[in-house]
Amino acid sequence: MPTMHRFANPARFVRISSALLPWLTVAMVGFFGAGLYFGLFNSPPDYQQGDSVRIMYVHVPAATLASGVYVVMAVASAVALIWRHPLADVAAKSSAPIGAVFTLIALVTGALWGQPTWGTWWVWDARLTSVLIMLFLYLGYMGLWQAFDDERRAARAAAILALVGAVNLPIIRFSVDWWNTLHQPASIIRADGPTIHPDLLMPLGLMWGGFLCFFAVVLIVRMHREIVLRRIQALQTLQFETAAAVPQEA
Amino acid sequence: MLEFWALVRRDLLLARRQGSATTSVAVFFVLTVTLFPLGIGPESSLLARVAGGVIWVAALLATMLSLDRVYQSDFEDGSLDLIALGPLPLELVALAKTFAHWLVTGLLLVVLSPVLGILMQLDSAAFGTLVVAMALGTPALSLIGGIGAALTVSVKRGGVLLSLLILPLYIPVLIFGVGAVDAAADGITARPHLLMLGAILLFSLVLSPVASALALRLNLE
Amino acid sequence: MEPGLDVTAAGQPDNETLCGNDLACIRGQRVVFSGLSFALPPGSVTVLRGPNGAGKSTLLRLAAGLLKPATGTLRWGAQDIEADREGHRRRIRYVGHLDAVKPVLSVGENLSMWAALYGARPQAQDIAGALAAFDLAGLAALPARFLSAGQRRRLNLARLPVAPGRLWLLDEPTVSLDSASVGLLEAAIRQHVAGGGSVLVATHSDLDVGATAHMTLQAAHREPADA
Repeated sequence: MPTMHRFANPARFVRISSALLPWLTVAMVGFFGAGLYFGLFNSPPDYQQGDSVRIMYVHVPAATLASGVYVVMAVASAVALIWRHPLADVAAKSSAPIGAVFTLIALVTGALWGQPTWGTWWVWDARLTSVLIMLFLYLGYMGLWQAFDDERRAARAAAILALVGAVNLPIIRFSVDWWNTLHQPASIIRADGPTIHPDLLMPLGLMWGGFLCFFAVVLIVRMHREIVLRRIQALQTLQFETAAAVPQEA
Repeated sequence: MLEFWALVRRDLLLARRQGSATTSVAVFFVLTVTLFPLGIGPESSLLARVAGGVIWVAALLATMLSLDRVYQSDFEDGSLDLIALGPLPLELVALAKTFAHWLVTGLLLVVLSPVLGILMQLDSAAFGTLVVAMALGTPALSLIGGIGAALTVSVKRGGVLLSLLILPLYIPVLIFGVGAVDAAADGITARPHLLMLGAILLFSLVLSPVASALALRLNLE
Repeated sequence: MEPGLDVTAAGQPDNETLCGNDLACIRGQRVVFSGLSFALPPGSVTVLRGPNGAGKSTLLRLAAGLLKPATGTLRWGAQDIEADREGHRRRIRYVGHLDAVKPVLSVGENLSMWAALYGARPQAQDIAGALAAFDLAGLAALPARFLSAGQRRRLNLARLPVAPGRLWLLDEPTVSLDSASVGLLEAAIRQHVAGGGSVLVATHSDLDVGATAHMTLQAAHREPADA
């Protein structure tokens, strides 16, 4: 096969990632455990929102990582298109459902957070709206993979879509922020960025680390699965052809 | 360059001969807008408040439903192969075809928008801005939609998937388009919104031919 | 993994020759062919044979530039066709399985539309001449939706004389044609070749065109391509 990169060999990748997997799993459990402990038990409740602010420890990392995963997907797609690295589109394909799940977690926790404070299950604030749109981008991307019979064609089409989406994402964000300031709905998230009290920063960082390790673990597992599936498909094709020797459409 | 205009003329000729497509887009546009007063009641001030949003959403949907005309039939009868093998670079092919698509659908929406403004009791101060915003926004819709059409041209019954892919990308045009109309209706300047629409149009003039050509090349393999 | 290959090309490759060297092509998960080399010098007619699925259409699309090979190079003379894709498109004429005929246009309009898209500026008599060459004379004003399958195929072939190109890539051009029409195609090919053009034609029929070379692709044992 042309354009073989040293690390593109799936066997090597599988070997290295399998070795990393147990460590990443331990790290994930550690981060989540420590983050949940400090977040739930060892940090102060918000003076206004009470204990419900603790949802922030799940909501904020999920929301920011939902964007992070899209970036990973876009970078992998660019590598797949430009350098035809065979593992790149496997990585992109495997990341998408994880990113979609992160957006769902962010949306659900956003709703749970808003309900006791504002009395409604949904509020059209800038962040939640952007996360919802990102969910649609993920679903569209996943749908495009399924739409093609030819896996290679699906990979390249999805890569183009991911890049087009990535390029448009800042524009969409900007326009949603603008729309938000025009219409001034209630905002759920007060604690954000550098205004967070330092006591809250540590559990937030730990949860962030946990989500990151979760992404890495699930990504590796999904990539292994995808690699095995492709091998099976290829072997099945070969078996069908040599056994039947049936002429197909030119 | 001659081949570029030859392609635009060809698509326009085919659209004219095939007839019904243009009128159905127009009818759909008006029909969709008509549904809203039926749905939310005929009270003038309520309609006027949502007029901008309703007209723009209807324009988005009308554009989206007509997008398969850009490449589909040429793909199915083998013409797209031959066009791609012609001297015109595929990026210019995409530009020519989306331009022809806009001339057949978007331009019509621009012309019809004042009528819909009347139906939705839009404040008369906003009519001019509505037309300008539509004139800037509908080409962007054709361009961005063209990318989706190119990606899904080889997918059977890809219409729904196309909608799913394109609608999120339409959101900025929607937001600034409605923003312009609402600003004009409120008596304040719509310039920043119109400038943003112009910027999005310029951006898609560059992105769309490049991305569409990549997608077409992929689907023609 | 070599397909059964028998290439006896006449003449020396020069600047007007399409040369393929060690070409391999992958469609879906399978290797369609590999290690394929050929040369199409001016004045040559290369007949491409092989069972369905052997890769004839793939090879033609590859030569046209619609596909990229997985390995190997395709050169026009000394220059890789990737270096000047537009130039390559200007010199080839491709006829595929589908007829690319627009039913809402007339026969004459179909032809002149393609001529315009290919940068040719034919006069009315050129269009009439091309139609006559394929026994469609007098049908110029007929809406194309009334054409039979054979007539549509002939209209598709009539593009060839209207927008001239050096290398003709024909994929099963005789489908739907009766023997008289096949004769018209053979005449067109002979005339093209006499003028210095070259032809690569995939066909199951026996074409009387003075074929100078034969290529046979066999459905070879295939290994799955690595994902």
